[in-house]
Amino acid sequence: MLHPILFFLFAALCVGGAINLLVQKHPINSALSLIVVMASLALIYLLLGAEFVAAVQVIVYAGAIMVLFVFTIMLLNGGAEERTPGSRIAAVLGIPALAVAIGLGLYVTLQHGITGDVALGSTPGYPHAVARPLFREFLLPFEVTSVLILIAIMGAVVLAKRSE
Amino acid sequence: MVPLSYYLVLSAILFGCGVLGFLIKRNIITIFMSIELMLNAVNLTFVAFAAHWGVLSGHIFVFFVMVVAAAEAAVGLAIIIAVFRTRETLNVDRVNLLKL
Repeated sequence: MLHPILFFLFAALCVGGAINLLVQKHPINSALSLIVVMASLALIYLLLGAEFVAAVQVIVYAGAIMVLFVFTIMLLNGGAEERTPGSRIAAVLGIPALAVAIGLGLYVTLQHGITGDVALGSTPGYPHAVARPLFREFLLPFEVTSVLILIAIMGAVVLAKRSE
Repeated sequence: MVPLSYYLVLSAILFGCGVLGFLIKRNIITIFMSIELMLNAVNLTFVAFAAHWGVLSGHIFVFFVMVVAAAEAAVGLAIIIAVFRTRETLNVDRVNLLKL
């Protein structure tokens, strides 16, 4: 009984944060509502039994990436965004088209899709269980990500460097 | 017990919000945040299916998506700083040349 209540609570928080991200004019307000979305998604991961993913979500997404975003917004001192004809056309054409696409997807998911329940803690997602496949079957991709991170660090330094 | 489809519906709504933000926002940083929102929605689908089928591969995939998102955020924000330095604007309508 508690499981659906918690799910709907955090799902409402998630959707509310996502809509607030769209409504807000200033990027810093959008960034703060994105942190709300990511934190409530971490709680939903906990409901799904993915403890490791929930912890990484809080540390990497809500922590590191969003700090980078907020830092950049403050560094560039960007003000509220302005409306342009292009954005109005995008809103007029995009919102109905997107509503149709999502409605179609939901119809297919709910009518013909996979059905079944997700019980609390059905899959063990603690770090010990996640580490076993990560360092066996997925060892090569794991090592490749370290190269990717190294390249990303060098790319960020080169791009953000002030050219003489 | 929560049906799997509820998680998929939540994920679709979040992904839709991300696409909508990508379309109607004109601030380059907000557009970038919308992309992060879409990545999060996909992660939720991965974890929901992992819990449904009882396999851990979904969790591993989420881990890799997060690594790629972190690398993308670092490089993307550096590009935004470089663009702002030459253009003095964050509006994507004013950024119409690839040349720095």
